[in-house]
Amino acid sequence: MASGKLPDKVDFNFHVKPVLSDRCFACHGPDDNAREADLRLDLEESAYAALKEMPEAHAIVPGKPGQSMVYLRITSDDPDLKMPPPSSNLELSDYEIRLIEKWIRQGAEYEKHWAFVSPEKPEIPEVNHQGWPRNDIDRFVLAKMEQVGLEPNEQADKEHLLRRVSIDLTGLPPELETMDAFLADESPQAYQKVVERLLASPAYGEKMALHWLDVGRYADSYGYQDDDRRTQWPWRDWVIHAFNENMPYDQFLLWQLAGDMLPNANKEQILATAFNRNHKYTEEGGVIVEEYRVTYNIDKTNTFSKGILGITMECAQCHDHKYDPFSQKNYYELYAFFNNTPEKGLEGLVGSKPAKTPIMYITDEDVQGVLDFVNKTDTGRMMVSVMDELDSLRKTYILKRGVYDAPGERVFASTPESILPLDTTKYSRDRLGLAKWTISKDNPLTARVYVNQLWNVIFGRGIVETTGDFGAQGKLPSHPELLDYLAVSFMEHDWDIKWLIKEIVTSATYQQSAKITDKKLHADPDNVYMARASRLRLPAELIRDQVLASSGLLMRELGGPSFKPYQPDGIWEVTSSGRGTLARYVQDHGKDLYRRGIYGFIKLTVPPPSMLIFDASNRDQCEVERQRTNTPLQALVMMNDPTVLEAARVLSGTLLQHKELSSRERIIRAFRRILCRSPQEKELKLLTEFFDQELERYGNNPEDAAAFLKVGEYPYRNGLDAVQHAALMSLVHGIYNLEETITRS
Amino acid sequence: MKKDPIHQAILESRLKVNRRQFLSRMSVGIGSAALGSLLIPDLFSRAAAAGDDFIPGVPHFAPKAKRVIYLFQSGAPSQLESFDYKPRLREMMGQDLPDSVRGGQRLTGMTAGQASFPLVGSYYDFKQYGEARAWVSDLFPYTAKVVDDICIVRSLHTEAINHDPAITFFQTGAQQGNRPSMGAWLSYGLGSENENLPAFCVLVSKGKGNGQGVYSKLWTNGFLDSVHQGVQFMPGPDPVLYLGHPPGTDGKSRRALLDKLGDLNNLQFEEFGDPEITAKVQQYEMAYRMQTSVPDVTDLSGEPDHVIKLYGPDCLVPGTYAANALLARRLVEKGVRFVQLYHQGWDQHGNLPNEMAGQARDVDQASAALVTDLKQRGLLEDTLVIWGGEFGRTNYCQGHLEFNNYGRDHHPRAFSMWMAGGGIKPGLVYGETDEFGYNIVKDPVHIHDFHATILHQLGLNHERLTYKHLGRRYRLTDVAGKVIDGLIA
Repeated sequence: MASGKLPDKVDFNFHVKPVLSDRCFACHGPDDNAREADLRLDLEESAYAALKEMPEAHAIVPGKPGQSMVYLRITSDDPDLKMPPPSSNLELSDYEIRLIEKWIRQGAEYEKHWAFVSPEKPEIPEVNHQGWPRNDIDRFVLAKMEQVGLEPNEQADKEHLLRRVSIDLTGLPPELETMDAFLADESPQAYQKVVERLLASPAYGEKMALHWLDVGRYADSYGYQDDDRRTQWPWRDWVIHAFNENMPYDQFLLWQLAGDMLPNANKEQILATAFNRNHKYTEEGGVIVEEYRVTYNIDKTNTFSKGILGITMECAQCHDHKYDPFSQKNYYELYAFFNNTPEKGLEGLVGSKPAKTPIMYITDEDVQGVLDFVNKTDTGRMMVSVMDELDSLRKTYILKRGVYDAPGERVFASTPESILPLDTTKYSRDRLGLAKWTISKDNPLTARVYVNQLWNVIFGRGIVETTGDFGAQGKLPSHPELLDYLAVSFMEHDWDIKWLIKEIVTSATYQQSAKITDKKLHADPDNVYMARASRLRLPAELIRDQVLASSGLLMRELGGPSFKPYQPDGIWEVTSSGRGTLARYVQDHGKDLYRRGIYGFIKLTVPPPSMLIFDASNRDQCEVERQRTNTPLQALVMMNDPTVLEAARVLSGTLLQHKELSSRERIIRAFRRILCRSPQEKELKLLTEFFDQELERYGNNPEDAAAFLKVGEYPYRNGLDAVQHAALMSLVHGIYNLEETITRS
Repeated sequence: MKKDPIHQAILESRLKVNRRQFLSRMSVGIGSAALGSLLIPDLFSRAAAAGDDFIPGVPHFAPKAKRVIYLFQSGAPSQLESFDYKPRLREMMGQDLPDSVRGGQRLTGMTAGQASFPLVGSYYDFKQYGEARAWVSDLFPYTAKVVDDICIVRSLHTEAINHDPAITFFQTGAQQGNRPSMGAWLSYGLGSENENLPAFCVLVSKGKGNGQGVYSKLWTNGFLDSVHQGVQFMPGPDPVLYLGHPPGTDGKSRRALLDKLGDLNNLQFEEFGDPEITAKVQQYEMAYRMQTSVPDVTDLSGEPDHVIKLYGPDCLVPGTYAANALLARRLVEKGVRFVQLYHQGWDQHGNLPNEMAGQARDVDQASAALVTDLKQRGLLEDTLVIWGGEFGRTNYCQGHLEFNNYGRDHHPRAFSMWMAGGGIKPGLVYGETDEFGYNIVKDPVHIHDFHATILHQLGLNHERLTYKHLGRRYRLTDVAGKVIDGLIA
């Protein structure tokens, strides 16, 4: 798109604006204070108007590039005149210059930024390959493929498909019996049935919650300095519960943003508001209290903007946004919604309490009633930091340069008019009004942004690649009509998340095989056009889940206080101030060691290393997307983490107990439990060779066999031959270390 | 596994992808530039023509320094008992800080409520040393001996007044948030010179003084690729997390496993054609090499007696500052780009003379030894060494005042640190504070300036070392910073 032939019709939003935004708006855009020559190129009136410094000239004269100063300056050879100026370190390519020239020649038409215009349901496109689509998603995807000359892959085989959909919907691999039943079920509804069953599984809520915990920056400690324990986990249990109950997304947001302000709010609705209290909280002596209170509100504002609206509002904290139509005033108007709580900047030093005002207490009675999804494990009174509203209005000011003690003009709660003005006949100027504004069907962003986040979680790439930035600097949607179709349909289905997921996973697009032909690798290396399924490295927590589930160790209990798994010694101690309950790492024992990754304890200043190594969010701030890197440290974790080794010991022990099985059968069964498919002969040969090598090695060195088996706290099985056991354990451990094991393909 | 055809396949596919993605996927942990430019000579020239942003792995101009060792003194050591000599404070012991000097500056919540602000002079004497005639307190006798090799800066100032934001600011260029650490920026900007060790290594130690902890978020990659994250080295059998072979296995048996895994993964590659599979195999190979290279570099037993003597006996105790300083030298010798040390325990709100003496004993000899050792090996000229904390301490007393027992609160307006090597002017004392040591009167150096200068020494223009994230080009120096020419040799 960025080189070669110019489009026949140059489109402002899709062709010109990305260039202007990236290279010009920093000085000729929305930021009032940074503007040069009093010229804005983001607004039609300003760009067409007579130049302040040269009234006889105009930046843009529609139809006449030769008379447009913009064109003359970007093509100038004179370093004093050339735009962008050499000192900016920015340049326009020849293609971009020709593009701007053609756009001006064609009339220099401006359009509102695409993401700020409410989505409308587009026509379903016609396709040539009529037999392929299973639903409308496929028609949009296929139409695009046909435009660029790609053809979809064949459908994935049943084994791969079952593993893929099981992991995507529940984060867990299918059981052997499920695999056998699915392979045997030749009815046309076989896949459909699997999807229904997975959506109904409690593990579905855990899988869905994982992404939302990143958005809601959930953690188990306060995050600053001494970094003591906090107890926000009942909120995490609520998120899992809400997904399992298939709470509509609009209600899900309404409760989290303003559950406390609903009429006769119950404790569940109040608990949901902990979303806005998961930010870091200081317990450092000597801080300036107001500075931190402001910091917390800034975090709330930024989390709302990025996680729910998909915009980079945070840029306007210190100055007008340089690329998007958000002024600093807009920022503090939004901030004002969150500025009316009784929250304090500092409420006691380390060891004071695991929640901060406003606090909701959870009693045993609550967990037998309205909060029955909270997995409370003891009888003590629990507390959670939640939201509450002051009786009177706290004044909000623009904070100059974003600094707490530099108040400027007073502002009142409102929403950015460029997105959707706050209609005060419908919405109050408080959090409840903001929540209702957010979930209004007129809001151009809310549905698009969430649909896109889910698309990204499932396909590994959003329709808008920049999941956290739908603004001028964000990437344009690869399939704009598909995005709008999904967003509008999602709202029409009353924000039904399970409906949306089901549409996606039952599409032919989703069910393609992941094979990459040379042609496709060359034509579309990033799989933008989805002419194949993506192969995706699993998120950190799910890698743990695969290992535990396939070994039979996984503990399935939902929710409860976070657990502390095996962790290398000294990580917390060496960096700790020595104060607080988290100064020393105290590992859990027994069944708690085998809980799903989502329940792992997150100490913000020292997040769990094996998770971070696999790109888990450090939960420091709202995150809408994770990286997927590939590093040697990941190899070290899989090779040497006791969690993986213990799982290998336990699974191999279970297999050995089945005396009726041959070695070959044991290898096949281990392979199937982990990779959810039968090995090919070639694979089986290599695995058997390795097993035989290990058998010989451990046979010659039985003390090594004993040493290798001695890992993890899970009880040992008696009566197994140590050499056999160690060799089979080594084989299973090898399978855990295959690339395919930690990849969803 | 046969390398060439697969390599070729990845390369060809990646040529279509944008350059950064290519590099980040291909070069995990390896010198990006070296690999990238070697394999596809015209990749960069084409990208530059497209007016794209920064090219990772390539300096902007000839660097003076190739690597950095940052000796971070966490908790904020007092400048008034170390490098900023203020006899006036002793003369005026117990008298109130004049309002005109304080100038309404904000105070932390710890002393804002104090009824008076009695000035307190250093319990320790100062003397002048070297050709530089630099003043150094008696707490730092070894550093005093190397003043002609180092550059003392007495005019640092910062914006933060509490530990967490201040240390975060020093490390990432921003007080709040999840920005990449300096070491991550350098790993991104310059890559690694050793494909068997991480480009950014972190070593942590702890003194007996009042401490504030450090956090792994300080060595975060932020929004950069996670290969740029700092890798913490720990004392004990596993210097890097999960490095050691499990009991009952050894290098030979692991090699046999890797070979089989390679064959199995290769079958997958043949079926699916995904270059990530090949990349995974390469990462396992690098992990295997690290299992040898890391224990080699952390094993100090081959260090000769004169080196042990130079750093002091503590350097044989794993996990001490002295051991870490010596390890830092070994790491940079092997081509590690950025070694970040932290020594905790410098937060002397009370009991300062006593606690600070202990802290200084922990670090003084080894810090000076590091400079000397690097110099003797010819490494100092292109290795930049930095010593300092996150802010300074007040010239007035916090809490009860006795001449030999007092405390100092946080002071962001003026503090000292020192740098050595890497093209920084040796034997220089830069910047000056007023007679109370409260305000800077000459040559202020803001944290952003400090960062800009360090990047400059490494051949990077701080305004051009950018990474585009969420629509914005981010820099270590945010939107400010200027190179301090006066510091450069």
